[in-house]
Amino acid sequence: MTTLLEVNNLKKHFPIKGGGIIPRKVGAVKAVDGVSFKVRKGETLGLVGESGCGKSTTGRSILNLINPSEGEVLYKGQDISKLKGEKLRKLRQDIQIIFQDPYASLNPRMTVEQIIEEPMKAFNIPKKERAEKVEYFLNKVGLSSYHKHRYPHQFSGGQRQRIGIARALTVNPELIICDEPVSALDVSIQAQVVNLMEDLQKEFDLTYIFIAHDLSVVHHISDRVAVMYLGEIVEVGEVDELYSNPKHPYTQALLSAIPEANPHKKKERIMLEGDLPSPSNPPEGCKFHTRCPFAEEQCRVKHPDLKSVAAGDHQAACHLVKEVVEEPV
Amino acid sequence: MEQEPILSVSNLHTQFHTKSGIVKAVDGVSFDIRPGETLGIVGESGSGKSITAMSIMRLIKDPGKIAKGDIMFKGESLLSKSNREMRAIRGDRISMVFQDPMTSLNPVFTVEKQMVETIRAHRNVSKKQAVDRAVELLDLVGIPSARSRLKSYPHEFSGGMRQRVMIALALSCDPEVLIADEPTTALDVTIQAQILELLQRLQKELGMAIIMITHDLGVVAEVCERVMVMYAGKPVEFAHVHELFDHPKHPYTWGLIGSIPKIVKEKVRLEPIQGLPPDLRALPKGCSFAPRCKHAMDQCLEVDPALLEESDNHHVRCLLYEEKEKVVTS
Repeated sequence: MTTLLEVNNLKKHFPIKGGGIIPRKVGAVKAVDGVSFKVRKGETLGLVGESGCGKSTTGRSILNLINPSEGEVLYKGQDISKLKGEKLRKLRQDIQIIFQDPYASLNPRMTVEQIIEEPMKAFNIPKKERAEKVEYFLNKVGLSSYHKHRYPHQFSGGQRQRIGIARALTVNPELIICDEPVSALDVSIQAQVVNLMEDLQKEFDLTYIFIAHDLSVVHHISDRVAVMYLGEIVEVGEVDELYSNPKHPYTQALLSAIPEANPHKKKERIMLEGDLPSPSNPPEGCKFHTRCPFAEEQCRVKHPDLKSVAAGDHQAACHLVKEVVEEPV
Repeated sequence: MEQEPILSVSNLHTQFHTKSGIVKAVDGVSFDIRPGETLGIVGESGSGKSITAMSIMRLIKDPGKIAKGDIMFKGESLLSKSNREMRAIRGDRISMVFQDPMTSLNPVFTVEKQMVETIRAHRNVSKKQAVDRAVELLDLVGIPSARSRLKSYPHEFSGGMRQRVMIALALSCDPEVLIADEPTTALDVTIQAQILELLQRLQKELGMAIIMITHDLGVVAEVCERVMVMYAGKPVEFAHVHELFDHPKHPYTWGLIGSIPKIVKEKVRLEPIQGLPPDLRALPKGCSFAPRCKHAMDQCLEVDPALLEESDNHHVRCLLYEEKEKVVTS
């Protein structure tokens, strides 16, 4: 499979400004702090982590909705992180985004038809074609063409999310960044939208970056998963390998914390002490050492890099896990 | 010997009178709960689970009112209490933890002020004693250096810590019933695990009854003993937690269980419930779930089924089972 997107050492530091007449920079929130990963054509990469770990900022930096501070984003080999103006606008035809909150991401004063055709207007698609496509994609996402004259408030959360998906699809994107697309929905509706996204991926040969905090949904939809903690990727691998054989202590704790819908199974739980440290003042060394039950001296001083820990491109950033070097075939 | 129930709700109907019609938010809910027990109420948005809790606390405001039914707490009806008597019970004998700890704590007062106020509203103690009690409570819920943290404002705590403060506040007068309305929904999974463990430990130590309201079947499986599943204001299934997960009987419960992605090697396609929850102002005739039900028969659209005891302590509201009864008896 070919690599569609490659992110290298991506960083986004938001400045913290002090008071006074001329505010000076007094610090930085390191929301994303050196993230690298690859997305292959046609796959779904899940990006998981708890609130504040930088998963949404990563997603938005790829599209340049937030300007990355450092690093490069290669889309089909071309660095898109420094694109501006017309070139950036053109690029967004290929990469689209679906947002978390279906209430805030649709303009309440526009009809569904206007909302869905807006991206096509931006790319100068003729009016007749736009009208056809609005109907076509409304049907594709399970709505009817008579819905197009209605306003967003006349729809439920799940239906709004479908409108958001239809809007993203109209310009034939290759890559869709899905930022918590089902988190705001009830479980029965969530399952409908997840199934819809799977169907559309097959039909239109889409590549997804699926950002979510719900580990079971991510497991269900992803081919590979990257786990983030405080702006860094701590573990990445094929979904089944990562879930059945987690190497990083944070991934282990995260997976053990999922409440399972099975009252007979009493899980051994790894309880994490304390809260997430502040990203404006992250701990030295391994960022997880303040909460890690296995932390040693070296974890407090030396920052671990991602390394291969098991077969099948399974990588983790932890000093305590042995590096496994795969024999080149 | 089974203990006497501490709280029983019988045939509760809570309705909201709006311009566009009467919304039957809770439509015939009955259950009882014994000391030390955890009862789960599960359902999706709009199923009436939170309104049930608010009704127990008598917190329903205009245009809503409790139209029918009764709520008995230790043999006394809560519905016949005056507002003054009710205030003495709320936060003392029965207390509640809400979903969003940011909006349920007052942002302009320190945690100390809010806790002392609650304690002194119910107990005749000096300010100093109240502060000591507050420190003890924050210790109990696992907030480090409790005495100095008392001076903090709610925004100085993280989400998980704030929820601990809420729990400490709810426990300040040793309640006999604790209603937890989606207490972990706003939290991350690792923090959720901490809070659930905390609630279970406190329940063991203090022996209170907990009503756990949630939409998450995982949380239910983890902490509850008996579970009531609600749909459109009505309980549709009521059973022991093992029984509910091993032998779910109502098609809605099947749908809920089928909608959760399971972490197993062979991925199966999710089986969602088709369609949307009904408009509570215009409920369909017959069973409220019938329009979305795969197993609906003609008569489901006509007859509203009753909650039947299908097997030992397993209640279900569905015509599929009434039909079976008829076949057996005739």
